[in-house]
Amino acid sequence: MSTTTPDVIVIGAGIVGASCAHALAAAGMRVAVVERGGIAAGTTSGGEGNILVSDKEPGPELELALLSARLWRGLAEDLGEASLEYEPKGGVVVARSADTAAALASLATHQRAAGVLVDDLDADGLFGLEPNLARDVSGGAWYPQDAQVQPMLATASLLRRARSNGAEVHAGTAVTAFVRDSGGEMTGVRTDSGAVPKLSAPWVINAAGTWAGEVAALAGTPLPILPRRGFILVTEPLPRVVRHKVYTAEYVANVASSDADLQTSVVIEGTRGGTVLIGASRERVGFDRTMSLEVIRRLAAQAIGLFPFLADVSLLRTYLGFRPYCPDHLPVIGEDPRAPGLIHACGHEGAGIGLAAATAHLLAQHVTGRPADLDLAPFRPDRFADVTAVPA
Amino acid sequence: MTGVGRARFAITFDGEEIPVEEGQTIAAALIASGRRSWRTTRGSGAPRGVFCGIGVCFDCLATVNGRPNVRACLATARPGDAVTMQDGTGHADDAV
Repeated sequence: MSTTTPDVIVIGAGIVGASCAHALAAAGMRVAVVERGGIAAGTTSGGEGNILVSDKEPGPELELALLSARLWRGLAEDLGEASLEYEPKGGVVVARSADTAAALASLATHQRAAGVLVDDLDADGLFGLEPNLARDVSGGAWYPQDAQVQPMLATASLLRRARSNGAEVHAGTAVTAFVRDSGGEMTGVRTDSGAVPKLSAPWVINAAGTWAGEVAALAGTPLPILPRRGFILVTEPLPRVVRHKVYTAEYVANVASSDADLQTSVVIEGTRGGTVLIGASRERVGFDRTMSLEVIRRLAAQAIGLFPFLADVSLLRTYLGFRPYCPDHLPVIGEDPRAPGLIHACGHEGAGIGLAAATAHLLAQHVTGRPADLDLAPFRPDRFADVTAVPA
Repeated sequence: MTGVGRARFAITFDGEEIPVEEGQTIAAALIASGRRSWRTTRGSGAPRGVFCGIGVCFDCLATVNGRPNVRACLATARPGDAVTMQDGTGHADDAV
């Protein structure tokens, strides 16, 4: 039961909501988190925990990613690497042909100019970093800033720290309505919980992940946020056979793609627990949770192409998640001029874990009236000309 | 449970013969022989055997005919199967 009125209501206890709660509580704000399901039960639990700068072309999202990578390092020092399973392992991008290698080298040149640490690699350089890699590779690149966390653990750890700074977390509590004053300013939310039927605060943050479009619609501020389905394969636990985050150069093209058809480009990484995670597929099929053998087969075949030893390794299971994307593939971060006091923190597509830290940091600066470390204009909520003109 | 008219044969665990009735899983045969564990965990080396018994928990992993991480509760024993104690991932040779 609330004893004090919060300064900020955060909708969603995924990685973005937890990061916002942590950053705001650390800044001295009273925070209430409402989550209709369980902690990290939605978008966050369907991903891999990537903190990547390597897969982003120069532009506002890369700047956000660079800031976020730095902030994650600070969080790991503050909360402890083990409490996040933070691993600053670095990323290895592999080019399978001379053409792809040339394109990758060109991308790396532009990224370097934008502040990314990246070294070009020849085949021997690749084998030095990843001895089990297939031999038919042309070249690649090494990105030491790429890192990884265990997303559910990180979410829980951020919320634990936020709670110790006074935040309240109401799981199993769905927002049913927004409350606005006569001038249109956001003043709070109603929920389906008997314990907290109404929460009032001058700020409300929409961090509802793939369902943030529904929340935005409920608030009368529609946003074009839609699900993109991705599968992950989980191998039996192995010794340290894959040292870094390893992916093919085609992944960068797919990340930026607007194609609705199935795309797969293999992303492989080991975990603290020993399992190897194999992604990453992208499909626009709505919220369809049907298992797709075709996708699993393609991912497995591509993974074996990159790491031949995987042919003799068993899969334990697969899982899928929905990545919340906007038509322009940029997140939505900032206060909505259509409803002053309402802040959106969503639409991070497949980069939500990585971008969560910077998103929270910048929004905490906004709420507390401090100057922003990064211009949020590219991410503004009212940038979409027609929020309904989005393919299903 | 003793099946009437079922074939009986043997598998081995670390070289020792274990009697099996046709249709028994490897886990059932190992338990019937008095064994409770046939794997050690990759972290602390703690012993593990059957936990859920229905293929969900991956606790009862064993190395069978050289292949690690076989769920003993699901794998039907076949004549001559060589089951061996699995240490950790059972893949130690692959480390780089």
